[in-house]
Amino acid sequence: MSDCTLAEICVAAVADTFRGDGEIFASGMGTIPMLGARLARATFEPDLLVSDGEAFFVANNLAIGGSEKEIEGWIPFRSVFDTLWGGRRHVVMGASQIDAYGNQNIANIGPWEKPKSQLLGVRGAPGNTINHTTTYFIGNQTDRVFVEKVDTVSGLGYDKVATMSDWVQKHHEIRRVVTNLGVFDFATPDHRMRLVSVHPGVSVEDVKAACSFELVIGDVAETRLPTNEELQVLREVLDPKSFRDREVPAA
Amino acid sequence: MSSKLMTEDDAIATLSDGMTIGIGGWGSRRKPMSLVRALLRSDLKDLTIVSYGGPDVGLLCAAGKVRKLVYGFVSLDSIALEPHFRLARQNGTIPEVVEYDEGMLQWGLYAASLRLPFLPTRAGLGSDVMKNNAFLRTVKSPYADGEELLAVPALELDAAFVHLNRADERGNAQFLGPDLYFDDLFLGAAQGRRFLSVEKIVPTAELFQAGSFHTVKINRSMVDGVIEAPNGAHFTNCQPDYERDEKFQKEYADAAKDPEAWASFVEKYLSGSEADYQKAVAAR
Repeated sequence: MSDCTLAEICVAAVADTFRGDGEIFASGMGTIPMLGARLARATFEPDLLVSDGEAFFVANNLAIGGSEKEIEGWIPFRSVFDTLWGGRRHVVMGASQIDAYGNQNIANIGPWEKPKSQLLGVRGAPGNTINHTTTYFIGNQTDRVFVEKVDTVSGLGYDKVATMSDWVQKHHEIRRVVTNLGVFDFATPDHRMRLVSVHPGVSVEDVKAACSFELVIGDVAETRLPTNEELQVLREVLDPKSFRDREVPAA
Repeated sequence: MSSKLMTEDDAIATLSDGMTIGIGGWGSRRKPMSLVRALLRSDLKDLTIVSYGGPDVGLLCAAGKVRKLVYGFVSLDSIALEPHFRLARQNGTIPEVVEYDEGMLQWGLYAASLRLPFLPTRAGLGSDVMKNNAFLRTVKSPYADGEELLAVPALELDAAFVHLNRADERGNAQFLGPDLYFDDLFLGAAQGRRFLSVEKIVPTAELFQAGSFHTVKINRSMVDGVIEAPNGAHFTNCQPDYERDEKFQKEYADAAKDPEAWASFVEKYLSGSEADYQKAVAAR
């Protein structure tokens, strides 16, 4: 399948982060994270729970923007908090900034006291990252997003966690970072971010140019393409209106 | 059987400058907007606002009524960033800002509603929430684990505003949408001045015809005043009674772009009574 889009490669890369998760809440913030969770559940990780993005778990392969819901459970915000504090969740969030150890910022750009740009606030990032597995999806990687130091630590990185309790160290995990350029993890001795793969047509130099800190770069693979089955599910069932290409336009 | 029926203005008349007001709903969902609009009409100032913020926060910031803001996020949902709140933060016009993790906010309200001084959690530890709110303290588990936990202080409120779908006139109330959010905790965290607006006041028995008993989450001991406010959550949603008025929300957000546009928005929609507002909304 050489005709797949960048957005489809990103969705498959996000889906891969849910491999082996089993019967937990696969939660995605934004179109591509949500599609990644739904694609994983529709193909290789059938026990995942996925939501409609509002208050219900859906049993069917719900399309983005679709309303044909087959509800299998109720998950209002209070239950989301209970579930995440209980650790039965893997979330894929966005990041306005991220650093080498995976500290993430969605709160503000510039000094917190008087920001240059006020964003969402920390939202659930502190609680998510301290309680369960987190992955980040970034649709526009630049050297202003991959930064030396984030302006506000919303989600916890590995250097912060290194000084915290055993419990926190045991349960904190940033599984991967997926961007429009490549896939990253933290599987290094000091948990510095490592480039795992570049998407087809992207060079290691492209990735380095879009990063302000020093990445760990060893054997870099090419990100896998979605399988024919995945593309069919994605195009015909999960996202027939192609919202994915609006979130990540073709390179 | 005493009725607690009143108007938005009756509720606002019980408040004074400097009070802490909790506002229910979530983002741009089921916000007690008619009470917020009544607050905008009042002379009250120097308020502390506690909210899972949406346009309630944006409007009160734009009107300069907020001395202190306590929030986990502020968003309009379909418009991710709340432009009036952003302006207030970027211009430094909110003197005191307490930005929490969403779960910490729940815990603060829950602690207050249980009359506890704090509740422990891990959410917030290690993040800049600790740095930006220097008053926060940790507590060591007294058990064998000895773990250091964040002690989220009780968020006691002087008043609470929530908007639900149905209630009787004594304050037994029902949500018919998908999520109660944390409305019961906002009511619980306030020691008095607990104001509930609803789309429709009905006889008690009708609550149990409109939905299962599970939906009647608010009992009358949690409420001091009941306000009938049809379309009272406008322009936020109030499912299943109505969806968000996206067109109006966009008009509201766009008006943040320059002071003149905002002045004309205020003139057009917010310069009269709630009835005037609803008339102006309907006339579009």
